Amino acid sequence: MINKKTLDQHGLTEEEYRRIVELIGKEPNLTELGIFSVMWSEHCGYKSSRVHLKKLPTAGKHVVQGPGENAGILDIGEGQVVVFKIESHNHPSYIEPYQGAATGVGGILRDIFTMGARPIAVLDSLRFGPLSGPGNRSVMEGVVSGIAGYGNSIGVPTVGGELYFNECYSANPLVNVFCLGLAEKDKIFYARAEGVGNPVLYVGAKTGRDGIHGATMASAEFGKETEHKRPNVQVGDPFREKLLVEACLEVMDKGLILGIQDMGAAGLTCSTTEMAAKGGLGIEIDLDRVPQREAGMTPYEIMLSESQERMLLVATKDNVGKVQEVFAKWDLDAPIIGHVTEGGQVRVRFKGEVVVDIPVDAVVNLCPAYRRPSRPPAVLPEMTRLPLLPVPSDFNDVFLRLLASPNIADKEWVFRQYDHMVQVNTVALPGADAAVLRIKGSKKAIAVTLDGNSLYASLGPKTGAQIAVAEACRNLACVGARPIGVTNCLNFGNPEKPEIMWQFEQVIDGMAEACRAFAIPVTGGNVSFYNDTEGLSIYPTPVLGIVGIIEDVKKAVSPGFKAPGDAIVLLGENKEELGGTEYLRIMHRLEAGAPPRIDLEAEKRVQNLCLEAIDAGLVCSAHDLSEGGLAIALAESSFHSQGLTGCSVELEDPIRPDALAFGETQSRILASCRKADIEKLAVLAKKAGVALRVIGKTGGPDIVLRHQGRDLIRVPVEDAHKAWKDSVPAYFRVRT
Amino acid sequence: MKFGVVQFPGSNCDYDTHYALKQVLKQDAVLLWHKEHDLKGVDCVVLPGGFSYGDYLRAGAIARFSPLMKEVKSFARNGGLVLGICNGFQVLLELGLLPGAMLRNKNLKFLCQHVHIRIENGATAFTRAGKEGRVLRIPIAHFEGNYYAPPQALADIEKKRQVVFRYCDPAGRVTEGANVNGSLHNIAGLMNRAGNVLGLMPHPERASEALLGSEDGRVIFESVIQGFAAPRRRGAKAARTGARHD
Repeated sequence: MINKKTLDQHGLTEEEYRRIVELIGKEPNLTELGIFSVMWSEHCGYKSSRVHLKKLPTAGKHVVQGPGENAGILDIGEGQVVVFKIESHNHPSYIEPYQGAATGVGGILRDIFTMGARPIAVLDSLRFGPLSGPGNRSVMEGVVSGIAGYGNSIGVPTVGGELYFNECYSANPLVNVFCLGLAEKDKIFYARAEGVGNPVLYVGAKTGRDGIHGATMASAEFGKETEHKRPNVQVGDPFREKLLVEACLEVMDKGLILGIQDMGAAGLTCSTTEMAAKGGLGIEIDLDRVPQREAGMTPYEIMLSESQERMLLVATKDNVGKVQEVFAKWDLDAPIIGHVTEGGQVRVRFKGEVVVDIPVDAVVNLCPAYRRPSRPPAVLPEMTRLPLLPVPSDFNDVFLRLLASPNIADKEWVFRQYDHMVQVNTVALPGADAAVLRIKGSKKAIAVTLDGNSLYASLGPKTGAQIAVAEACRNLACVGARPIGVTNCLNFGNPEKPEIMWQFEQVIDGMAEACRAFAIPVTGGNVSFYNDTEGLSIYPTPVLGIVGIIEDVKKAVSPGFKAPGDAIVLLGENKEELGGTEYLRIMHRLEAGAPPRIDLEAEKRVQNLCLEAIDAGLVCSAHDLSEGGLAIALAESSFHSQGLTGCSVELEDPIRPDALAFGETQSRILASCRKADIEKLAVLAKKAGVALRVIGKTGGPDIVLRHQGRDLIRVPVEDAHKAWKDSVPAYFRVRT
Repeated sequence: MKFGVVQFPGSNCDYDTHYALKQVLKQDAVLLWHKEHDLKGVDCVVLPGGFSYGDYLRAGAIARFSPLMKEVKSFARNGGLVLGICNGFQVLLELGLLPGAMLRNKNLKFLCQHVHIRIENGATAFTRAGKEGRVLRIPIAHFEGNYYAPPQALADIEKKRQVVFRYCDPAGRVTEGANVNGSLHNIAGLMNRAGNVLGLMPHPERASEALLGSEDGRVIFESVIQGFAAPRRRGAKAARTGARHD
């Protein structure tokens, strides 16, 4: 009955099939095969990545829960923990942007509240093809509306993130969604079945035919025709999820349940088998009791449906009534669909017959792991070589064009569609280096940032990954937060291609090294392979989500200049590095050169100095230097000030002026301080062994950057602001 | 005095409003469950922001059928103070406690941003702590806040001075440019003729702490509190009696 064609449709190899037969001691029926196909898919089983992910550091003093659960957990003191994770929803968002992105938000929210945490912030990392392409605009518009539609309704603020454009994302947009929740340390819940005979309850939306094989879809390349995959994308209902959040948190708060798991990828299959496996027990469910949206669904369809807004709970018999009462209050049904069993089998009944009977261990824990062949791309040496580049004659023009590049330009058009203030914790508005959320009833705040630079990673995957970690930590340092933990979303092409696998290995190596240097554990994350369409792969795109703590929220710092006449200070050194810059991309049409070098020890010194200075109250503003370099950082600090404060800066560095203005040398922070505090800052810097110098002062109507006695840039701050602010909305203006 | 914040399924500013009243303004405040018939003796009912019933069908259209709304209606009819914020404003329109309706924002997008609004009438129960003409910086967060009323109704609203807040620029000028969502006459908030029911799109509870960027929203809550501390008016007393009898 199971032939090669069926296996292909299920994304399983013949060898994998033989292993399944061996593990379960029989030929699987179609439903059983379907279960293996999703649980052993790349998306759920991490077949190609698992051996490498082991290299990441996962231990640390704040860690309560590392990888392996729905989300990572870090202790933030005072009996509280933060629960956080990032996940990709790339493939569905390309096929159906609105629902793909919306259900991405819904899915990550469930990962957080299923652990007993109230979600308090969402951030997203988005990548699309250039905005000049109408198709790209349409995907972006749909994705942004989808995130807004779901997040706004459910009342979790979308407080930040990142947004980049590159040709490589035209047919492979990336939608990575991060969520952070807050919980009491003694009220954390796990996806674990407990107590033989205990009832298993199904709560939330009815099961329909949507999303069948979503996980398998996310585990293969796309060809030309993707429209026919639209039925694989689920449809979100944020109102239902809002009810689920409240009801689930209420039963958890009242201590009425033992274990809980959301039905994400692979729906009922994943939640039943994982809960049983984690409890070291079995589970038996009856599909006739599963609430269904339509008649005539087969066991295969019910088990593999990825209908949204569903959860599975285990409670004692005594508490079932009380659990159902809470769900009734929120207008949700909570029928019993099965019970926990001894012995470790997952058994599924349908119309009185057993239709699935397989060991949970085989399904959940024995998915094969591959060490796939890898080799560096042959074109890499060529790509990292730079030709002789002319120095531009009109720096004002370059400056304005960079400000208008969508990778640098203002993203307000996007973030004002997101409710970023609901829950009244948002201290730093989107656009700051990192999102800052106060913790009610405490002096503390949590800071979060998402960061990644795929152009660096394509030109040097290891360095690119190190920079991603370093820059995310630098973002945190700029608001005054110390990093305590990391989650990552690793977006790559087809891992069966050795060049892609090499990129992946390099990225993991770089990330492991950098996370060790900063002593920050990786508590989980997500790998998204097969971001290829018609054979074209995306740049390797590691996205880091790093969480930090600010001990006193009143000390949090923002990037904008505060008053005219303050001193502008540069931490770190300028070097002549142009590889992989936005400047080369925009002005020289080059995505080439070696990415900037990074010295992790020097980076740490700069960040520690910044944190120390903020803690001492010496810093008025701090901003990380990244895409577009010093000139763009100056502009952004001007734009984020009250009433557009200009600035004037004078430098003598003996390097090319374009590298000075727009180079992306790492480990630099642009700060401002009161004149009276310059001395104190200098003393701290000397002690820390960090280069720090006063490079100019705030104030005036222009942004002025002078080099070796001549004006490089002199532009009215209002003109610069206009170029930066109008760029993205102009692409979306309704054309009449 | 005692505030009651109504919780509909899908409300999402219920806890925020409760927090602002209780923790920031140090007032007695309770949550009121939409399925009940008990106003718990509160002196002011607040309908909070959010997406009641998912805002499916039309914002506020289903929430108005919640059991508690019967009580809120008679409480309002008896002169009790009712404040609707954002989705709460939309519910008040659907309930018929305020005139007019909301259309989608003129740019057809959800808008979350700080806006400036001007106090148009400083003699109301919700603005007495501020002055007419004062400009407040308060955030909005809505998709359907584009206020509409038929010409005659709009003329009546203006004539009876029911417009309490208008979108304006930072200097207090009521301009088309400041009219973010396209509301008729830049209307951001309005009250009923009796002056005891106010609906507004901006979120005062999000502008009650300097840490979050603005404290301008406090003036609305403080007006209510001040009015209550002042010698009791007959209307307020009648409202409480009415609520108890219903």
